Amino acid sequence: MIPDRFEYVAPSSVAEAVGLLQRYGAEAKVLAGGHSLIPLMKLRLASPRYLVDINRIRGLAQLQEDDGTLGVGALTRHADLETSELIRSRYPLLADAARVIADPLVRNMGTLAGSLAHADPAGDWGAAMLAVRAQVVATGPRRDRTIPIDEFFVDTFTTTLGPDEIVSEIRVPKPSPRSGGAYLKVERKVGDFAIAAVGTYVVLDEKGACRQVGIGLCNVGATSLRAKRAEETLRGRVPDEKAIADAARAASEECDPASDLRGPAEYKRDLVRVLIGRALRRAVQRAKGGA
Amino acid sequence: MVISHALGARIKRREDPRLITGRAIYVDDLNFAGMVHVAIVRSPHAHATIRSIDTTAARRAPGVVAVWTGEDVKARCGPLPVGPRIKEMKAPKRFPLVIDGVVRHVGDPVAAVVATTMDAARDASDLVEVDYEPLPSVQDPEAALEPGAPILHQDLGTNVCFRMTYGGGNVEEAFAGADVVVKTRIVQQRLIPAAMETRGVVAQYKGGELTVWTSTQIPHVVKTTLAETVRLPEHEIHVIAPEVGGGFGSKLDVYGEEGLVAALALALGRPVKWIESRRENFIATIHGRGQIDYVELAAHHDGTVAGLRVRAIADLGAYSQLLTPGVPTNTGLMCCGCYRIPNAHAEVIGVFTNRTPTDAYRGAGRPEATFLIERAMDLLAAELKMDPVEVRRKNFIPPAAFPYKTPTGAVYDSGNYERALDKALERADYRALRDEQAKLRKQGRYLGIGIATYVEITGLGAVAGLSGGNWESATVRVEPTGKVTVLTGTSPHGQGEETTFAQIVSDRLGVPVEDVVVLHGDTRAVPHGVGTFGSRTTPVGGSAVYVAAEKVKDKAVQIAAHLLEAAPADISTDGARFTVRGSPERSVEFKDVARMAYKAYKLPAGMEPGLDVTHFFVPKERVFPFGTHLCVVEVDPDTGEVTFRRYIAVDDCGNILNPLLVAGQIHGGIVQGLAQAIYEGVTYDDEGQLLTGTFAEYVVPQATDVPAFELDHTVTPSPHNPLGAKGVGEAGTIGATPAVVNAILDALAPFGVKDLQMPITPRRVWEALEGNSASR
Ligand SMILES: Cc1cc2nc3c(=O)[nH]c(=O)nc-3n(C[C@H](O)[C@H](O)[C@H](O)COP(=O)(O)OP(=O)(O)OC[C@H]3O[C@@H](n4cnc5c(N)ncnc54)[C@H](O)[C@@H]3O)c2cc1C
Repeated sequence: MIPDRFEYVAPSSVAEAVGLLQRYGAEAKVLAGGHSLIPLMKLRLASPRYLVDINRIRGLAQLQEDDGTLGVGALTRHADLETSELIRSRYPLLADAARVIADPLVRNMGTLAGSLAHADPAGDWGAAMLAVRAQVVATGPRRDRTIPIDEFFVDTFTTTLGPDEIVSEIRVPKPSPRSGGAYLKVERKVGDFAIAAVGTYVVLDEKGACRQVGIGLCNVGATSLRAKRAEETLRGRVPDEKAIADAARAASEECDPASDLRGPAEYKRDLVRVLIGRALRRAVQRAKGGA
Repeated sequence: MVISHALGARIKRREDPRLITGRAIYVDDLNFAGMVHVAIVRSPHAHATIRSIDTTAARRAPGVVAVWTGEDVKARCGPLPVGPRIKEMKAPKRFPLVIDGVVRHVGDPVAAVVATTMDAARDASDLVEVDYEPLPSVQDPEAALEPGAPILHQDLGTNVCFRMTYGGGNVEEAFAGADVVVKTRIVQQRLIPAAMETRGVVAQYKGGELTVWTSTQIPHVVKTTLAETVRLPEHEIHVIAPEVGGGFGSKLDVYGEEGLVAALALALGRPVKWIESRRENFIATIHGRGQIDYVELAAHHDGTVAGLRVRAIADLGAYSQLLTPGVPTNTGLMCCGCYRIPNAHAEVIGVFTNRTPTDAYRGAGRPEATFLIERAMDLLAAELKMDPVEVRRKNFIPPAAFPYKTPTGAVYDSGNYERALDKALERADYRALRDEQAKLRKQGRYLGIGIATYVEITGLGAVAGLSGGNWESATVRVEPTGKVTVLTGTSPHGQGEETTFAQIVSDRLGVPVEDVVVLHGDTRAVPHGVGTFGSRTTPVGGSAVYVAAEKVKDKAVQIAAHLLEAAPADISTDGARFTVRGSPERSVEFKDVARMAYKAYKLPAGMEPGLDVTHFFVPKERVFPFGTHLCVVEVDPDTGEVTFRRYIAVDDCGNILNPLLVAGQIHGGIVQGLAQAIYEGVTYDDEGQLLTGTFAEYVVPQATDVPAFELDHTVTPSPHNPLGAKGVGEAGTIGATPAVVNAILDALAPFGVKDLQMPITPRRVWEALEGNSASR
């Protein structure tokens, strides 16, 4: 429960932070909310030589809409998303997800950017961001890169982020008309990582068919997963019970859970089926103007 | 006894302000000049021979002061106590570090590294090189009984620590003549007590006195046994339990680290501190439960129980700790529950396995007993298609039958089980709940109603192996100014006796509660005592305070009578003042009596000065609280999730000294009981590695995971102590587990699910339904 020795640095600008990452390379770790990194350090599963604390950098905690996207800063906490009126009224999937991450203490510190950078398949934001097709803005020594979320996760705890890049912002497309989303999670107790969780996002056309579908899956694979086959199953169809059941079944087939203390793989697959069904129904209901 | 205003009152806990403002002093808050810190190297193997230990690198590490192995301990420490010695028990000796070259569970202590800072000790502990030769290990207690199983303690030649039987009547005949027999196998999974504060010890040897601060429930027992372990005269040892952040039985032990830290302080001549990490707390502090119970219940068609047969196999872990055998034997003693079961037989077998030792954890054998009989009663009800309530009613021991002796040998003091049941049913509106259940089932929703009627045993003393018998000490000392100091031999650590004991004294002497202070946990300050465990503190320790206060009062009346030149029989008192009956102008204040007791120039002839009485209270018998818990859940058959709808507890703990504190104990108890039902469970892999090794994997519920509790009481005073009180510290835990499990199984009855392994997590519900439902 006592971490290894480390040096602590607290830059005051993104450029300075990037400079430190360049200098220390793989020996450095960015410290954001610390709620994934510090537990690992206490268990000595991670022993970075340098901690680059980005919490003193001003202007990284934004949460606002501009030209087509919602910008979420690197220091925007889970609690900011949970309590934001903007999120609550326009981004139901994000609002649902923020509420079920950990407990209030963790939510006060943890960041969406940190959660994505950590790339734990059990992280809820990964699945949520896949469903809404977010983009990750990476700032490095050269100019900013915008990485589509589909190209961000490589493996468990591994992303396409370079060792000298930090996630400076997450960009979420603004909701289209007739769109709705939902996030549902089954956990062993309140505040636990998911046994399985799913995020669903649908945009309906004038006739009530699905013009656009996004489905993200949490903790049922080596990374956060997008349920592509399930999305295809539903796209263009009216989301009636049959269509929803087909999509749910497709998602349960394409996910790849491991058996562990939370349950056997078959259970998790079935949970994905049940949750996708429920979450799609809720997303469609919201797209039609329901709560 | 008449419960006065002070005694039944809802007084807030006096200990809370210091706790919630962060002003309480725990072991880790103690720091002394020159203090050094200990990190312990523990076995990563469940069973292995130590080929060699190389401490060279660790000794050279920065800040390191000493590195000890078993060899060093052998020279300076005797063995730890093993108790209680039950008949033909085979138990090995234990030392603060492994001394015989064999480690027997993951977490067995192998070496101790002492350094000037905690970090340095921790870093250097990684440099101790231990060469292990792994041995085959045995994890499952039933497997440990098989011929050819790896033997933990070669010199004992067996993994069986003890076998005990309880029972009476003719069980064979009862089963042969019965109409129905229900059977079940119950696995009481291991639990981690998970007190908020881990263990910790600070020791200092100074001026010919060894002072040991330790997070314990039994400071006096620690003192007595330390005298043997570190070989010092007992009167040179001073043990202090400072604020203790929870125990639940896990600190009802004399642990090796207490001897180790004390021996290090003696050897190094410096203050020494060891604070257990959470990881160590999970592998090196005792676990609770860990029992496999085979249960058979025989009955007649009308629901009358004819006989009970129990075979309990207790997973003791690698060693027998202070009270380890006392836990499963409690199960044997209490397995008949609230029922008149004429023929019963229980066999209890204690078995060593390559796991962390088990010992008393909140309930200690009674939750296991209650669970097995309450599950069996529900199975019987299902078999006979009777309402679970009716099966229980039919078999209750009737109020007129007390004192009642069970065939297993327990003598219940008093009870009215049906009254508690009726109260719970009424409060729940049981009929309406059953109607709602039927209605919801038609809509594909699964409501379950679970009932547990329990009786348990409290007021235990120190069975052989602790320092004495079933007694407790108290001193009530009126200071010359009339303020009162109470010393108790119990060692409260969250239960709130600083409040209730003051209430007892206030009730007896009439002084305001604010004028009474209660001290505990310091062996230099308070008379030798036993400690806080087994829900004994109020019925035994509180009774000691009560009697001591009575004796003080008698003496005060005599002094007052002498001062007022009246006969003691003519003195009346409201606490603040003593008055001669019929002459209100002839009176003297309590504080003046106190002053005169010490001035001592005007005392009745032959009376000793002072107003200070110590009493050692010995209860006539143990006392048996009881009650009914009723739980309503809804189960989601698709996800397997269980949601609590209602939780009603009607508990009878005899006279209630402070309703707020009783509610607090019941709340906490229920949370730990329902935690066993659906959240908590220790999991090891086949190699004896603990898979639930952090709070991320070992699922302790939080406030948001538990229902609101609806509490009520019946009051059946105990005849065995002057307070008429029974303990209440463990009742909630005992009632809750079977109530919740019965509720879940009631919800799943339409699917034909009869039994589920605890903890009943979503995956277990799903697995049971998958096997039972064709619809998937
Ligand atoms: C008890 C507990 C329960 C939890 N339960 C859940 C849960 O249910 N669901 C869930 O999703 N999460 C859960 N978490 C994780 C929590 O949400 C974390 O806060 C989050 O995953 C990581 O965010 P952070 O800001 O704390 O990152 P940190 O811990 O500071 O960092 C995590 C990793 O990301 C890197 N990093 C952080 N920020 C950046 C950046 N801007 N650019 C580049 N790299 C960066 C760090 O170097 C580190 O490797 C839980 C945590 C705890 C302690």
